[in-house]
Amino acid sequence: MISLPSPTGRAAQASRRPFRSATTEPLVIKWTLIGLCFSVLTVLLFAPLIAIFDEALRRGWAFALASLSEPDAQSAIRLTLLVAAITVPLNAIFGIAAAWAITKFDWRGKAWVITLIDLPFSISPVVAGLLFVLMFGSNTALGVWLVANGFPIVFAVPGILLATLFITFPFVARELIPVMLEQGRAEEEAALTLGASGWRTFVTVTLPNIRWALLYGVLLCNARAMGEFGAVAVVSGKIRGQTTTMPLMIEMFYNEYLSVAAFTMAGVLALLAFVTLTLKSVLEWRYADQLAATHRH
Amino acid sequence: MASRSFNLKAPTPMPGWGLSFGIMLTMLSVVVLIPMAVLLWRGFVGFGAAEMWAVINRPRVWNALQLSFRAALVASLFNLVFGVLLAWVLVRYRFPGKRIIDAAVDLPFALPTAVAGIALTAIYAPNGVFGSFIVQNFGIRVAYTELGIWIALIFVGLPFVVRTVQPVIEEIDRETEEASATLGASRLRTLTHVVLPMLAPAALTGFALALARSVGEYGSVIFIAGNLPNVTEIAPLLIVIRLEEFDYDGAVAIAIAMLAISFALLLAINLIQIWSRRRMGAV
Repeated sequence: MISLPSPTGRAAQASRRPFRSATTEPLVIKWTLIGLCFSVLTVLLFAPLIAIFDEALRRGWAFALASLSEPDAQSAIRLTLLVAAITVPLNAIFGIAAAWAITKFDWRGKAWVITLIDLPFSISPVVAGLLFVLMFGSNTALGVWLVANGFPIVFAVPGILLATLFITFPFVARELIPVMLEQGRAEEEAALTLGASGWRTFVTVTLPNIRWALLYGVLLCNARAMGEFGAVAVVSGKIRGQTTTMPLMIEMFYNEYLSVAAFTMAGVLALLAFVTLTLKSVLEWRYADQLAATHRH
Repeated sequence: MASRSFNLKAPTPMPGWGLSFGIMLTMLSVVVLIPMAVLLWRGFVGFGAAEMWAVINRPRVWNALQLSFRAALVASLFNLVFGVLLAWVLVRYRFPGKRIIDAAVDLPFALPTAVAGIALTAIYAPNGVFGSFIVQNFGIRVAYTELGIWIALIFVGLPFVVRTVQPVIEEIDRETEEASATLGASRLRTLTHVVLPMLAPAALTGFALALARSVGEYGSVIFIAGNLPNVTEIAPLLIVIRLEEFDYDGAVAIAIAMLAISFALLLAINLIQIWSRRRMGAV
């Protein structure tokens, strides 16, 4: 780190004035910067977080918990779990397939496909919802036909699934592609040479190599799938008890001035965020070498 | 499979090409490509470029678009400066609570936007903890004004610059800074002339990501914004309003305008980035 010519030189310097390395800032500046960061994060992150639980428990635990057991709240929780249970595995399958196709083969147009996979990150959630309303809404012949045949997509659960899938599309693939790119193809090629089938190679060689990166991607994907608001708001139609997810329920409660109910449900999602962040930190700390997010170091 | 039909892929013994490429292309088409194509087709063929322009070129739409991009730029610029600072503090300094801060930076990624929206509104509303303090002492309302939108967008875009810049700072060779110091540069000069140029490309990437995210942000903004037409009505909200009025063409026009401006901005940032990389390479 800091290389000094000799111990005697250091001692001589120290006797004249307090020693400071040439590659650090003065202590005053250091602590000012740390203080500034703490203040901004308190005002922006910690205070809102405390506010959620403060508002939720304003009338006590019993009242807060009672709001969660209302039928509408219950159905919102069930729908959110259902949406995550369907979209997250689909996303994982897509992520693995895309990462396999992109990292194990050389083909033309790869860069374009990677850009397209990332596209949902730069599109407004509202526009994402709009896409599916335009495809399957009652303003289209397809939408009318689907409703007539008893399979509505917009203002129904399938639309929520599609919108969530769009929003979370890049999560797993983005995490897996750099990891698998770095790991190369040698191990798989060795397994194939030794006579393993393609599937066996994937399960016994590739999967163990990417499991933590996969879990990391799934974790972030799940957080977003359960918390998505804008895209789902556009396609859901917000039918109480049927197409209302937890974030939409929060908005409804909030607009109806049911503050405790809104903040209690927000608190549940905030706890989910805590769990996500904790698991994520554990993964980053324990398996840093096997994750894309931390591997750039 | 696809490899035989035309020379798309280099030959390899690796299995699973058909399956993996098939799943990827099918899902990409169903979830992203076809819906995007439908949007563009609806806009340019079904509705028409001139008609779309007529929709956009109305004060209310124009104001909403301007507000969305202005607020996103302000918030992302704040996040650019603060993000570099926070990344520096997290990598270079040791202090109690560092781990918690480091983990907390990702909170905006993990916390649902609607939750962030009502939480920020609760504290910045005129009767909230910070809101009432600011109104009494400075006479400024935060929630239900453009300032509130800035706060929400700063929250949403906070992690991007930190997370792109952090690994770059970790990789900086201290010897470069030492060399600068031995050549007589002050610490400040070393930071501005040696360290910052090294961070610039990553910081710009983070800035672009934050900008793209905050331009289209909806959930965290609508609670704190007040949603007054022409004043605090963001473009995504206007799309929702058009849809609720069953004005699909209007919604499509605003959506395409947003996409076009976003892509123009991202392209500009990309060009700046290429320029700054080239400049770095020449040094």
